Amino acid sequence: MMRFDLTRLPFVRPILVARGPQLALQLAAMAGLILVVIAGLLGTPVGSRNPATVLVWIAWWAALMVVAVPFFGRLWCSVCPLPLPGEWLQRGTVLRPRDAGRGLGLRWPRRLRGLWLQNAAFVMVALFSLPVLTQPRLTALLLTGLVLLAIATSLVFERRAFCRYLCPVGGFIGLYSQAAALELRVRDPEVCAGHTTKICYSGSAAGYGCPWMVFPGSLHANVSCGFCLECLRTCPLDNVAINLRPMGADLRASPRARLDEAFKSLLLVGSALVYVFVLQGPSSSLRAAAAAVGTMAWLAYAAGFLLVTLVVLPGLFLLAASWGRPASSRSTSAWESFRTFAPSLVPLGLAAWAAFSLGFLLTNASYILPALSDPLGLGWDLLGASGSAWTPIGGSLGAWPLILILLVGLAWTSRRVRAIAEALGGGMRTAIPVWGFTLLLTSGLLWVFVA
Amino acid sequence: MTLRHWFSKARFTGLLALMGLVLAIPWPAPVVAATERTIRIEAREYAFTPATIEVNPGDRVTIELASGDYVHGLHVDGYEVNLTAEPGQPASATFVADRPGTFRIHCSVTCGPLHPFMGGRLRVGPPAAIWRALLLAALAIIAGGLGLRPSTTARIADRATS
Repeated sequence: MMRFDLTRLPFVRPILVARGPQLALQLAAMAGLILVVIAGLLGTPVGSRNPATVLVWIAWWAALMVVAVPFFGRLWCSVCPLPLPGEWLQRGTVLRPRDAGRGLGLRWPRRLRGLWLQNAAFVMVALFSLPVLTQPRLTALLLTGLVLLAIATSLVFERRAFCRYLCPVGGFIGLYSQAAALELRVRDPEVCAGHTTKICYSGSAAGYGCPWMVFPGSLHANVSCGFCLECLRTCPLDNVAINLRPMGADLRASPRARLDEAFKSLLLVGSALVYVFVLQGPSSSLRAAAAAVGTMAWLAYAAGFLLVTLVVLPGLFLLAASWGRPASSRSTSAWESFRTFAPSLVPLGLAAWAAFSLGFLLTNASYILPALSDPLGLGWDLLGASGSAWTPIGGSLGAWPLILILLVGLAWTSRRVRAIAEALGGGMRTAIPVWGFTLLLTSGLLWVFVA
Repeated sequence: MTLRHWFSKARFTGLLALMGLVLAIPWPAPVVAATERTIRIEAREYAFTPATIEVNPGDRVTIELASGDYVHGLHVDGYEVNLTAEPGQPASATFVADRPGTFRIHCSVTCGPLHPFMGGRLRVGPPAAIWRALLLAALAIIAGGLGLRPSTTARIADRATS
């Protein structure tokens, strides 16, 4: 498969290896986080006028879902400000590696490895998402809470345990980064296998051992690589590459998913469906219920959310994935079929989130400049835009841009389903029930977008 | 080029042509004479009632917006209709529904926490867009599923059986 190693370009490698440019971007992101938290706590409580909600949930989220994750995968994680204070405290330095860091440096418990905690963290945030999306103070408190959790985790456990096992956004980005057109990989795995010191994992004076607890030589997918670039700095054999590649290369190569990864696919695509239905659907009483945390109506909404994302959709997918087993030449259990077909949902899930986020951005983008012009609601006009009127973008196109994104994701998923069905030796008869599931899911999304 | 490859290419081109047809062919609809319509919409608690307005192409539509709690706005995508109503002071605007399709309605005045999600729909003519979208979805599945090159399908199947 075609790949182009960006580090072969003469100007790219020095920029990536030097810590200054990455730190500058991290500090810019940190400044943005500080602005968001201060504005959220001290600024206007009006969500559409406060940078906390506008920058995070309109600008950043859409940029992440529509551009960053589909094309660059986990690149955001390399500059994300949430784990930085904890990481700096853990290391006892900001730039160059030191011999001794601070913190206990315990290994993350084996039983808690995997994505189950991240799945749970995502569900927790998702249940409270409507108040968080609309109330600047709650957005600020959520982000502050995540920073504090990252600090505590960094001081007790080794490396970036928070990013790897806890961060709700990290799990989200990780799953969909498999579709990205960018990857960090070793050039020749044999070179790594023969290199006994494994400096990329243990660290050296040139850089830290992989903060994401990954041995680059065995890296086959983007899921767990945080693009921190440390292995690029430490590898003494110049064996680390940053490749442009065909989108979705991980999905073509990926073997059967673990159960936690498979559930993550279903959870995220199910959450997209629920969000689209609740936030853009016809029922205002459903939105009111999602916003009224602690009431009976909210409890009913939360139960519905959990039922749809954790029971109904996975159940239907289990049924669809196992339906075609008799046609397959390979003997697989129902759960093995579930895990085998689950990665095929990545393109559709990503497309659903991208379409949902793009729709929200197009409608609400005109809030961004006014919110930045008067970040604390004190009557400032820093950018000369505080009085700008709300103006939706692309309204005359209707829902067609969103439909197009969804259809591309659906066609891509359909292609993966067929390839997996062929690999199981079942052909079309094994694929058809899963296609039916994806059509059902897409129809639900289209119905809200269009009808 | 082998016959299989030729069929594969022809199939793909045919699917693309079908998708174009789904988008381009006029949707069958009963011919209804254009009329004058006045529709009263109440805005209250982050909801428009009715949430969906259905009119026929060519209708001359007057929307009366009445607010039941705070100041609310109403913006219709595609028609650029803008209204602002205060409680007890309704506002109205008239337009000719000359563009068939489904268009989103938004509240255009920040009215509270759930303001970004306060919306509705204006549907002009039959609900063709959803049927077109569903047909396109079915075709997308076929295009994706049949889009594997015969050589790829054979390679995957070989790998599976070996």
